[in-house]
Amino acid sequence: MTDHSSDIDSVSGKSTTGHEWDGIKELNTPLPRWWVITFYLTIVWSIGYWIVYPAWPLIASNTTGLFGYSSRADVAVELANLEKIRGDKMAALGTASLADIEKDPALLALARAKGKTVFGDNCAPCHGTGATGSKGYPNLNDDEWLWGGSLDQIMQTIQFGVRSGHAKTHEGQMLAFGKDGVLKPDEIVTVANYVRSLSGLSTRNGFDAAKGQKIFAENCAACHGDAGKGNQELGAPNLTDKIWLYGSDEASLIETITQGRAGVMPAWEGRLDPATIKAMAVYVHSLGGGK
Amino acid sequence: MNKTVNPKDLISGDDYGPLYAARKKVYPQSVSGTFRRIKWGLMAFCLGVYYFLPFVRWNRGLGAPSQAVLIDLPNSRFYFFFIELWPQEVYYFTGLLIVAAIALFLMNSIGGRIWCGYLCPQTVWTDLFYAVERLIEGDRRERMKKDKSSDPMKLERISEIVLKHSIWLLIAWWTGGAWVLYFNDAPTLVKELVTFQGPMLAYVWIGILTATTYVLAGYMREQVCTYMCPWPRIQAALTDEWALNVTYRYDRGEKRTSVKKAAELRALGQPVGDCVDCYQCVAVCPTGIDIRNGPQMECIQCGLCIDACDNVMTKIGRPKRLIGYDNDINIHRRQEGKAPIYRIVRPRTVAYSAIIAAVGGFMTYTLASRSLLDVNVLHDRNPVAVKLSDGSIRNAYTVRLLNKSGYDRAIAIDVEGPVNPTMHVVGVDSATPDRPIIVIRRDTTSELRLLVTAPADNNPEKSIPVRFHVMDIGLGVAATATDNFVAP
Repeated sequence: MTDHSSDIDSVSGKSTTGHEWDGIKELNTPLPRWWVITFYLTIVWSIGYWIVYPAWPLIASNTTGLFGYSSRADVAVELANLEKIRGDKMAALGTASLADIEKDPALLALARAKGKTVFGDNCAPCHGTGATGSKGYPNLNDDEWLWGGSLDQIMQTIQFGVRSGHAKTHEGQMLAFGKDGVLKPDEIVTVANYVRSLSGLSTRNGFDAAKGQKIFAENCAACHGDAGKGNQELGAPNLTDKIWLYGSDEASLIETITQGRAGVMPAWEGRLDPATIKAMAVYVHSLGGGK
Repeated sequence: MNKTVNPKDLISGDDYGPLYAARKKVYPQSVSGTFRRIKWGLMAFCLGVYYFLPFVRWNRGLGAPSQAVLIDLPNSRFYFFFIELWPQEVYYFTGLLIVAAIALFLMNSIGGRIWCGYLCPQTVWTDLFYAVERLIEGDRRERMKKDKSSDPMKLERISEIVLKHSIWLLIAWWTGGAWVLYFNDAPTLVKELVTFQGPMLAYVWIGILTATTYVLAGYMREQVCTYMCPWPRIQAALTDEWALNVTYRYDRGEKRTSVKKAAELRALGQPVGDCVDCYQCVAVCPTGIDIRNGPQMECIQCGLCIDACDNVMTKIGRPKRLIGYDNDINIHRRQEGKAPIYRIVRPRTVAYSAIIAAVGGFMTYTLASRSLLDVNVLHDRNPVAVKLSDGSIRNAYTVRLLNKSGYDRAIAIDVEGPVNPTMHVVGVDSATPDRPIIVIRRDTTSELRLLVTAPADNNPEKSIPVRFHVMDIGLGVAATATDNFVAP
């Protein structure tokens, strides 16, 4: 490298780098000394950092640093502190009865806040963020409940689930009357139309109401009741109201009767602590549909 | 070949030169007189209010703060004697700021920089610091001599300096200490502070304000007014020809000469001025200017030069107020042999007074007539509406009731809008389910989940305006919030 320090620009009095374009020379303006020193200091600092903190990835793990620092451990400490701060109130959620929680404005607010968060994390994938459900997943805002809408019933459903495999789970299912050969296709069409007539929906031309009623009484009434009002003990929905989990059109009903229905909800006992399950029960109940 | 150019040749005229002038230290001399007395009085008043106001008590009932003036940040409340403001009412301060600004304008159009000269904290504290300095180190000449002296310091001088700065720091510390008392119960906080159990933030703020007071009043002084404050610049745009300003009355003649010479000239009937060039007005000036050069931006119009000059005029037997509150119009009128006229009432001052009265009146009215019961409603977004098993529609709302009064209220809620609505408040079992009664504690808000259900057949429209009436069943005070009732 050539030394250009002797090549002085006459206007500014500064030395040049020796680079020249069309007669214009580049002035030599080195980085300020303090900047360079700071830059080297950061390099020295980074070496210290590598030694003290976890830094280098190894094949199966990584260097742990002198003090074994871990940001995950920090988070654990923070979370423990949070639990400590919330301790009293969360304990109150655990001990108070569901009805008392709903009557105490402070506990209700706490349960709703907690319930909403936990609902978003655990329930929203099926029931939706607003608990509005979708086809096959019940809307929890309305007043139609397969397994009961009282605080205790909601809590039981959350705890043990539906057809979840838990020992105390809700059992019972809609049989596949068509697939299993119990009813013939024309009988299924007839009973589907009969079910529609129960809630005042239109029926197919030439539909034989008496025949439909007979088929219903022989096959469906055991669970859904003689009048089709359903049975919450068995999770059999009310067929006379305006809410349909799988759709109320004839095709959907034929599909339901032919294939059967058996939606599944997991049991949350053991996955969520009891206070949280209580909070969630109160939250779901307070959405508006609770009995 | 390049021709060598000296960069300095490229800059012409006045642009070249130092942009910074070193400060000339000011040594104001003590003075006595009318304006000095007014300034002492106002200083005592302003500092008294500032230092002792936090200790003034005001009974607001059990459980409420008993401090007359309190900015309660943790509970987001502002208390001023009988007024209590919530965060959403901060807009009242807008009115207060407008009144304050116009009051400054009004002062300016009547008597010039009254604010700068008498009331501004920078002036008040600097004046106080000068008083301490004067008490310990002596008056103008002594201080100048001591500062100039190059002799090695003796114990006496060192103790003087230490004492002065100690007292300054004590005042500054008390200034910071009083500040934090506005944010917490003063007697409690004082007890905590002296036993070192006060909140860290309080100590930090005391430290910050101790530092600013000490530096601004002890060292920066008139430089704050000259270089930092925008007001001297603004006030130039606000003044008019009728405004009274501290003015050297040059109609009292020229030339300025000694008392003896002036008497001789006067005897000969030759022109001579009343000013004897004693420089007393300059000696007492806290910003170190010569008022005889006319109105200047640096002049804070404290009136001390008036006192200084009056004292001299009395001694030499000439009429007082060679320097006084006056304006150019009157100087010219006197020069023409006419009587001076003072016009305090003129369109400008009338307009300012009218604005102050209007804004002040509006604020008082809104404050007096504001509702101490309020309700806000937020419609559920997800889901917006729910269809129930019997086909009816239900909408859910989050209702927030605000009770700004100092007593608990029993609130009845009515809904109006959809046909045949029924209402339910989650968690509330009311004796009258369609008209739930909620108790809301004094000075709090309460959030409720309110469900409104209406038959779909009677409410075929997609969206119906809905009103929530809340009413204090004891006092009949009511408030209303509106939203919409939506069909799925």
